[in-house]
Amino acid sequence: MNWKREFVRGLKDGLPIGLGYVPVAFTFGFLAVSGGLPVWVACLISFSNLTSAGQFAGMNLIFAGSGYFEVALTTFVINLRYMLMSLSLTQRIERSMGTIKRMLAGFAVTDEIFVVASLNPGTLKAPYWFGLIALPIAGWNLGTFMGAAISDFLPLALQNAMGIALYGMFIALIVPASRESVSILIIVLIAVAVNCALQFIPAFSFISSGFRIILATFAGAGAGALLFPKEEEDYVKREAV
Amino acid sequence: MEMRRVLICVALMAIVTYIPRVLPLTLFRKPIRSKYIRSFLDYTPYAVLGAMTFPDVFFSTGSLTSAALGTAAALYLSYKGKGLVTVACAAILVVYLAELL
Repeated sequence: MNWKREFVRGLKDGLPIGLGYVPVAFTFGFLAVSGGLPVWVACLISFSNLTSAGQFAGMNLIFAGSGYFEVALTTFVINLRYMLMSLSLTQRIERSMGTIKRMLAGFAVTDEIFVVASLNPGTLKAPYWFGLIALPIAGWNLGTFMGAAISDFLPLALQNAMGIALYGMFIALIVPASRESVSILIIVLIAVAVNCALQFIPAFSFISSGFRIILATFAGAGAGALLFPKEEEDYVKREAV
Repeated sequence: MEMRRVLICVALMAIVTYIPRVLPLTLFRKPIRSKYIRSFLDYTPYAVLGAMTFPDVFFSTGSLTSAALGTAAALYLSYKGKGLVTVACAAILVVYLAELL
Protein backbone atom coordinates (compact mmCIF):
# COMPACT_ATOMS: atom_id res chain seq x y z
CA MET A 1 0.00 0.00 0.00
CA ASN A 2 2.80 2.31 1.00
CA TRP A 3 4.64 1.39 -2.20
CA LYS A 4 1.61 2.30 -4.27
CA ARG A 5 1.12 5.64 -2.52
CA GLU A 6 4.74 6.66 -3.08
CA PHE A 7 4.54 5.58 -6.73
CA VAL A 8 1.38 7.61 -7.34
CA ARG A 9 2.93 10.62 -5.62
CA GLY A 10 5.86 10.27 -8.03
CA LEU A 11 3.53 10.00 -11.03
CA LYS A 12 1.82 13.24 -10.01
CA ASP A 13 5.10 15.10 -9.64
CA GLY A 14 6.25 13.73 -12.99
CA LEU A 15 3.17 14.85 -14.92
CA PRO A 16 4.26 18.46 -15.55
CA ILE A 17 7.72 17.25 -16.58
CA GLY A 18 6.18 14.79 -19.02
CA LEU A 19 3.95 17.50 -20.48
CA GLY A 20 6.89 19.85 -20.79
CA TYR A 21 8.97 17.22 -22.59
CA VAL A 22 6.46 16.67 -25.39
CA PRO A 23 7.12 19.89 -27.36
CA VAL A 24 10.90 19.66 -26.90
CA ALA A 25 10.94 16.04 -28.06
CA PHE A 26 8.54 16.97 -30.85
CA THR A 27 11.07 19.49 -32.12
CA PHE A 28 13.80 16.87 -31.92
CA GLY A 29 11.79 14.30 -33.88
CA PHE A 30 10.85 16.87 -36.47
CA LEU A 31 14.45 18.04 -37.01
CA ALA A 32 15.81 14.48 -37.09
CA VAL A 33 13.42 13.45 -39.86
CA SER A 34 13.80 16.68 -41.84
CA GLY A 35 17.56 16.09 -41.68
CA GLY A 36 17.17 12.70 -43.30
CA LEU A 37 16.95 10.16 -40.47
CA PRO A 38 14.21 7.52 -40.61
CA VAL A 39 11.41 7.82 -38.04
CA TRP A 40 12.54 4.71 -36.18
CA VAL A 41 16.09 6.05 -35.74
CA ALA A 42 14.74 9.32 -34.31
CA CYS A 43 12.67 7.26 -31.85
CA LEU A 44 15.64 5.01 -31.06
CA ILE A 45 17.79 8.02 -30.17
CA SER A 46 15.17 9.40 -27.77
CA PHE A 47 14.55 5.98 -26.26
CA SER A 48 18.20 5.20 -25.62
CA ASN A 49 19.49 8.69 -24.72
CA LEU A 50 16.64 10.44 -22.88
CA THR A 51 18.33 13.82 -22.84
CA SER A 52 17.76 17.04 -24.74
CA ALA A 53 20.99 18.98 -25.27
CA GLY A 54 23.09 15.85 -25.84
CA GLN A 55 20.69 14.45 -28.42
CA PHE A 56 20.43 17.69 -30.38
CA ALA A 57 24.20 18.08 -30.44
CA GLY A 58 24.80 14.43 -31.36
CA MET A 59 22.25 14.61 -34.15
CA ASN A 60 23.88 17.70 -35.61
CA LEU A 61 27.27 15.96 -35.57
CA ILE A 62 25.77 12.92 -37.30
CA PHE A 63 24.41 15.23 -40.00
CA ALA A 64 27.75 17.01 -40.27
CA GLY A 65 29.50 13.70 -40.91
CA SER A 66 31.71 13.94 -37.80
CA GLY A 67 33.86 11.04 -36.60
CA TYR A 68 32.94 8.66 -33.81
CA PHE A 69 35.36 10.21 -31.34
CA GLU A 70 33.97 13.69 -31.82
CA VAL A 71 30.40 12.48 -31.42
CA ALA A 72 31.24 10.58 -28.23
CA LEU A 73 33.37 13.35 -26.69
CA THR A 74 30.93 16.18 -27.39
CA THR A 75 27.95 14.25 -26.06
CA PHE A 76 29.98 13.20 -23.03
CA VAL A 77 31.00 16.77 -22.16
CA ILE A 78 27.43 17.99 -22.52
CA ASN A 79 26.25 15.22 -20.22
CA LEU A 80 28.96 15.56 -17.58
CA ARG A 81 26.56 17.62 -15.48
CA TYR A 82 24.59 14.42 -14.82
CA MET A 83 27.55 13.19 -12.80
CA LEU A 84 27.11 16.06 -10.37
CA MET A 85 23.38 15.37 -10.13
CA SER A 86 23.92 11.65 -9.70
CA LEU A 87 26.41 12.35 -6.91
CA SER A 88 23.95 14.68 -5.23
CA LEU A 89 21.27 11.97 -5.44
CA THR A 90 23.52 9.45 -3.64
CA GLN A 91 23.05 11.55 -0.53
CA ARG A 92 19.28 11.58 -0.84
CA ILE A 93 18.28 8.17 -2.12
CA GLU A 94 17.45 5.40 0.36
CA ARG A 95 20.67 3.61 1.24
CA SER A 96 19.15 0.16 1.03
CA MET A 97 18.45 0.49 -2.70
CA GLY A 98 20.15 -2.36 -4.57
CA THR A 99 22.58 -2.11 -7.47
CA ILE A 100 20.15 -3.21 -10.19
CA LYS A 101 17.56 -0.67 -9.06
CA ARG A 102 20.24 2.02 -8.95
CA MET A 103 21.32 1.15 -12.48
CA LEU A 104 17.75 1.47 -13.69
CA ALA A 105 17.14 4.63 -11.67
CA GLY A 106 20.29 6.24 -13.04
CA PHE A 107 19.08 5.97 -16.62
CA ALA A 108 16.48 8.66 -15.97
CA VAL A 109 18.63 11.30 -14.30
CA THR A 110 17.70 14.40 -16.30
CA ASP A 111 17.91 18.04 -15.23
CA GLU A 112 14.17 18.27 -14.60
CA ILE A 113 13.70 14.91 -12.90
CA PHE A 114 16.73 15.55 -10.70
CA VAL A 115 15.46 18.94 -9.61
CA VAL A 116 11.93 17.79 -8.80
CA ALA A 117 13.22 14.75 -6.91
CA SER A 118 15.75 16.84 -4.98
CA LEU A 119 13.26 19.44 -3.87
CA ASN A 120 11.21 16.72 -2.19
CA PRO A 121 11.80 16.71 1.56
CA GLY A 122 13.18 13.56 3.18
CA THR A 123 14.75 10.41 1.78
CA LEU A 124 14.08 9.50 -1.84
CA LYS A 125 12.38 6.13 -2.02
CA ALA A 126 12.59 3.80 -5.01
CA PRO A 127 8.82 3.71 -5.75
CA TYR A 128 8.63 7.51 -5.73
CA TRP A 129 11.56 7.73 -8.14
CA PHE A 130 10.11 5.16 -10.55
CA GLY A 131 6.74 6.91 -10.47
CA LEU A 132 8.43 10.23 -11.07
CA ILE A 133 10.31 9.09 -14.16
CA ALA A 134 7.43 7.21 -15.86
CA LEU A 135 5.55 10.11 -17.45
CA PRO A 136 8.64 12.11 -18.49
CA ILE A 137 9.95 9.01 -20.30
CA ALA A 138 6.55 8.53 -21.93
CA GLY A 139 6.33 12.21 -22.91
CA TRP A 140 9.85 12.25 -24.33
CA ASN A 141 9.26 9.19 -26.53
CA LEU A 142 5.74 10.12 -27.54
CA GLY A 143 6.78 13.67 -28.44
CA THR A 144 9.67 12.38 -30.56
CA PHE A 145 7.39 10.00 -32.42
CA MET A 146 4.78 12.69 -33.07
CA GLY A 147 7.39 15.15 -34.30
CA ALA A 148 9.00 12.53 -36.52
CA ALA A 149 5.80 11.01 -37.90
CA ILE A 150 3.44 13.93 -38.26
CA SER A 151 5.44 17.08 -38.30
CA ASP A 152 2.50 19.38 -39.12
CA PHE A 153 0.51 18.10 -36.18
CA LEU A 154 0.50 21.36 -34.22
CA PRO A 155 -0.08 24.87 -35.53
CA LEU A 156 3.07 26.96 -35.30
CA ALA A 157 1.69 29.39 -32.69
CA LEU A 158 0.90 26.50 -30.35
CA GLN A 159 4.29 24.85 -30.94
CA ASN A 160 5.98 28.15 -30.10
CA ALA A 161 3.83 28.61 -27.03
CA MET A 162 4.62 25.13 -25.72
CA GLY A 163 8.31 25.94 -25.86
CA ILE A 164 7.89 27.84 -22.61
CA ALA A 165 6.25 24.96 -20.72
CA LEU A 166 9.40 23.55 -19.10
CA TYR A 167 10.64 26.99 -18.15
CA GLY A 168 7.29 27.87 -16.58
CA MET A 169 7.71 24.80 -14.44
CA PHE A 170 11.26 25.75 -13.48
CA ILE A 171 10.08 29.19 -12.44
CA ALA A 172 7.35 27.60 -10.32
CA LEU A 173 10.12 25.65 -8.56
CA ILE A 174 12.59 28.51 -8.11
CA VAL A 175 10.30 31.29 -6.93
CA PRO A 176 8.74 29.68 -3.83
CA ALA A 177 12.14 28.38 -2.65
CA SER A 178 13.79 31.77 -3.19
CA ARG A 179 10.95 33.50 -1.41
CA GLU A 180 11.43 31.31 1.61
CA SER A 181 15.23 31.51 1.85
CA VAL A 182 17.50 34.43 1.02
CA SER A 183 20.50 32.11 0.66
CA ILE A 184 18.73 30.16 -2.09
CA LEU A 185 17.78 33.41 -3.84
CA ILE A 186 21.44 34.49 -3.80
CA ILE A 187 22.60 31.08 -5.09
CA VAL A 188 20.08 31.23 -7.96
CA LEU A 189 21.11 34.78 -8.85
CA ILE A 190 24.83 33.88 -8.91
CA ALA A 191 24.16 30.87 -11.15
CA VAL A 192 22.04 32.98 -13.49
CA ALA A 193 24.64 35.75 -13.63
CA VAL A 194 27.46 33.33 -14.47
CA ASN A 195 25.30 31.55 -17.06
CA CYS A 196 24.39 34.88 -18.74
CA ALA A 197 28.01 36.04 -18.72
CA LEU A 198 29.17 32.80 -20.35
CA GLN A 199 26.44 32.97 -22.94
CA PHE A 200 26.65 36.64 -23.92
CA ILE A 201 30.34 37.54 -23.61
CA PRO A 202 31.80 36.65 -27.03
CA ALA A 203 35.13 35.47 -25.56
CA PHE A 204 33.26 32.53 -23.96
CA SER A 205 31.31 31.51 -27.06
CA PHE A 206 33.34 28.29 -27.40
CA ILE A 207 31.72 26.91 -24.23
CA SER A 208 28.89 24.46 -24.97
CA SER A 209 25.49 24.82 -23.30
CA GLY A 210 26.06 21.71 -21.17
CA PHE A 211 29.37 23.03 -19.92
CA ARG A 212 27.87 26.45 -19.19
CA ILE A 213 25.39 24.80 -16.85
CA ILE A 214 28.20 22.94 -15.09
CA LEU A 215 30.21 26.14 -14.55
CA ALA A 216 27.16 28.14 -13.42
CA THR A 217 26.17 25.35 -11.04
CA PHE A 218 29.67 25.22 -9.52
CA ALA A 219 29.63 28.98 -9.06
CA GLY A 220 26.16 29.13 -7.51
CA ALA A 221 26.25 26.04 -5.31
CA GLY A 222 29.95 26.65 -4.46
CA ALA A 223 29.27 30.20 -3.31
CA GLY A 224 26.29 28.88 -1.35
CA ALA A 225 28.37 26.23 0.40
CA LEU A 226 31.02 28.78 1.40
CA LEU A 227 28.61 31.56 2.41
CA PHE A 228 25.83 29.50 3.98
CA PRO A 229 27.17 26.05 4.98
CA LYS A 230 24.45 23.94 6.58
CA GLU A 231 25.24 22.75 10.08
CA GLU A 232 25.24 19.12 11.08
CA GLU A 233 21.90 19.44 12.95
CA ASP A 234 20.09 20.16 9.69
CA TYR A 235 21.04 16.69 8.53
CA VAL A 236 20.39 14.78 11.73
CA LYS A 237 16.75 15.77 11.37
CA ARG A 238 16.64 14.53 7.81
CA GLU A 239 18.24 11.17 8.52
CA ALA A 240 15.82 10.60 11.37
CA VAL A 241 12.88 10.84 8.95
CA MET B 1 23.29 8.60 -45.03
CA GLU B 2 25.08 5.40 -44.16
CA MET B 3 22.96 3.55 -41.64
CA ARG B 4 25.79 1.59 -40.03
CA ARG B 5 27.64 4.79 -39.12
CA VAL B 6 24.47 6.42 -37.79
CA LEU B 7 23.67 3.47 -35.55
CA ILE B 8 27.22 3.33 -34.17
CA CYS B 9 26.98 7.05 -33.37
CA VAL B 10 23.64 6.51 -31.63
CA ALA B 11 25.11 3.67 -29.56
CA LEU B 12 28.10 5.83 -28.58
CA MET B 13 25.80 8.68 -27.59
CA ALA B 14 23.69 6.35 -25.47
CA ILE B 15 26.78 4.98 -23.67
CA VAL B 16 28.39 8.34 -22.87
CA THR B 17 25.02 9.67 -21.69
CA TYR B 18 24.40 6.70 -19.40
CA ILE B 19 27.84 6.50 -17.77
CA PRO B 20 27.91 9.85 -15.93
CA ARG B 21 24.33 9.29 -14.76
CA VAL B 22 24.83 5.88 -13.30
CA LEU B 23 28.41 5.74 -12.00
CA PRO B 24 28.08 7.89 -8.86
CA LEU B 25 24.67 6.45 -8.05
CA THR B 26 25.82 2.83 -8.11
CA LEU B 27 29.40 3.14 -6.87
CA PHE B 28 29.18 5.82 -4.23
CA ARG B 29 27.05 4.98 -1.21
CA LYS B 30 28.77 6.59 1.75
CA PRO B 31 27.30 9.61 3.48
CA ILE B 32 29.49 12.65 2.88
CA ARG B 33 30.65 14.18 6.17
CA SER B 34 32.15 17.50 5.07
CA LYS B 35 29.51 20.15 5.67
CA TYR B 36 30.79 22.19 2.73
CA ILE B 37 30.47 19.35 0.22
CA ARG B 38 27.07 18.37 1.61
CA SER B 39 25.86 21.96 1.41
CA PHE B 40 27.25 22.21 -2.12
CA LEU B 41 25.33 19.13 -3.22
CA ASP B 42 22.18 20.36 -1.45
CA TYR B 43 22.34 23.69 -3.22
CA THR B 44 23.07 22.10 -6.62
CA PRO B 45 19.43 21.77 -7.76
CA TYR B 46 18.74 25.48 -7.21
CA ALA B 47 21.83 26.53 -9.11
CA VAL B 48 20.99 24.10 -11.95
CA LEU B 49 17.44 25.45 -12.10
CA GLY B 50 18.55 29.05 -12.28
CA ALA B 51 21.14 28.32 -14.95
CA MET B 52 18.71 26.26 -17.04
CA THR B 53 15.98 28.89 -16.92
CA PHE B 54 17.76 32.19 -17.46
CA PRO B 55 18.42 33.52 -20.02
CA ASP B 56 17.17 30.54 -22.11
CA VAL B 57 13.50 31.11 -21.28
CA PHE B 58 13.56 34.33 -23.31
CA PHE B 59 14.45 32.38 -26.47
CA SER B 60 12.03 29.50 -25.90
CA THR B 61 9.14 30.82 -27.99
CA GLY B 62 8.55 32.54 -31.35
CA SER B 63 9.54 36.00 -30.14
CA LEU B 64 11.31 37.77 -27.30
CA THR B 65 8.15 39.71 -26.44
CA SER B 66 5.87 36.69 -26.07
CA ALA B 67 8.54 34.89 -24.04
CA ALA B 68 8.95 37.90 -21.72
CA LEU B 69 5.19 38.09 -21.19
CA GLY B 70 5.01 34.36 -20.47
CA THR B 71 7.92 34.65 -18.04
CA ALA B 72 6.25 37.55 -16.25
CA ALA B 73 3.04 35.54 -15.89
CA ALA B 74 4.97 32.55 -14.53
CA LEU B 75 6.90 34.71 -12.05
CA TYR B 76 3.73 36.40 -10.81
CA LEU B 77 1.70 33.20 -10.40
CA SER B 78 4.48 31.26 -8.71
CA TYR B 79 5.06 34.17 -6.33
CA LYS B 80 1.36 33.85 -5.49
CA GLY B 81 2.03 30.21 -4.63
CA LYS B 82 0.35 28.49 -7.60
CA GLY B 83 1.40 24.93 -8.48
CA LEU B 84 3.67 23.66 -11.26
CA VAL B 85 0.99 22.67 -13.75
CA THR B 86 -1.00 25.89 -13.27
CA VAL B 87 2.06 28.06 -13.77
CA ALA B 88 3.26 26.11 -16.83
CA CYS B 89 -0.19 26.13 -18.48
CA ALA B 90 -0.72 29.83 -17.76
CA ALA B 91 2.66 30.63 -19.31
CA ILE B 92 1.74 28.63 -22.43
CA LEU B 93 -1.60 30.42 -22.68
CA VAL B 94 -0.06 33.88 -22.31
CA VAL B 95 2.56 33.12 -24.97
CA TYR B 96 -0.07 31.70 -27.31
CA LEU B 97 -2.27 34.76 -26.99
CA ALA B 98 0.71 37.11 -27.33
CA GLU B 99 1.77 35.40 -30.56
CA LEU B 100 -1.72 35.56 -32.03
CA LEU B 101 -1.87 39.34 -31.57
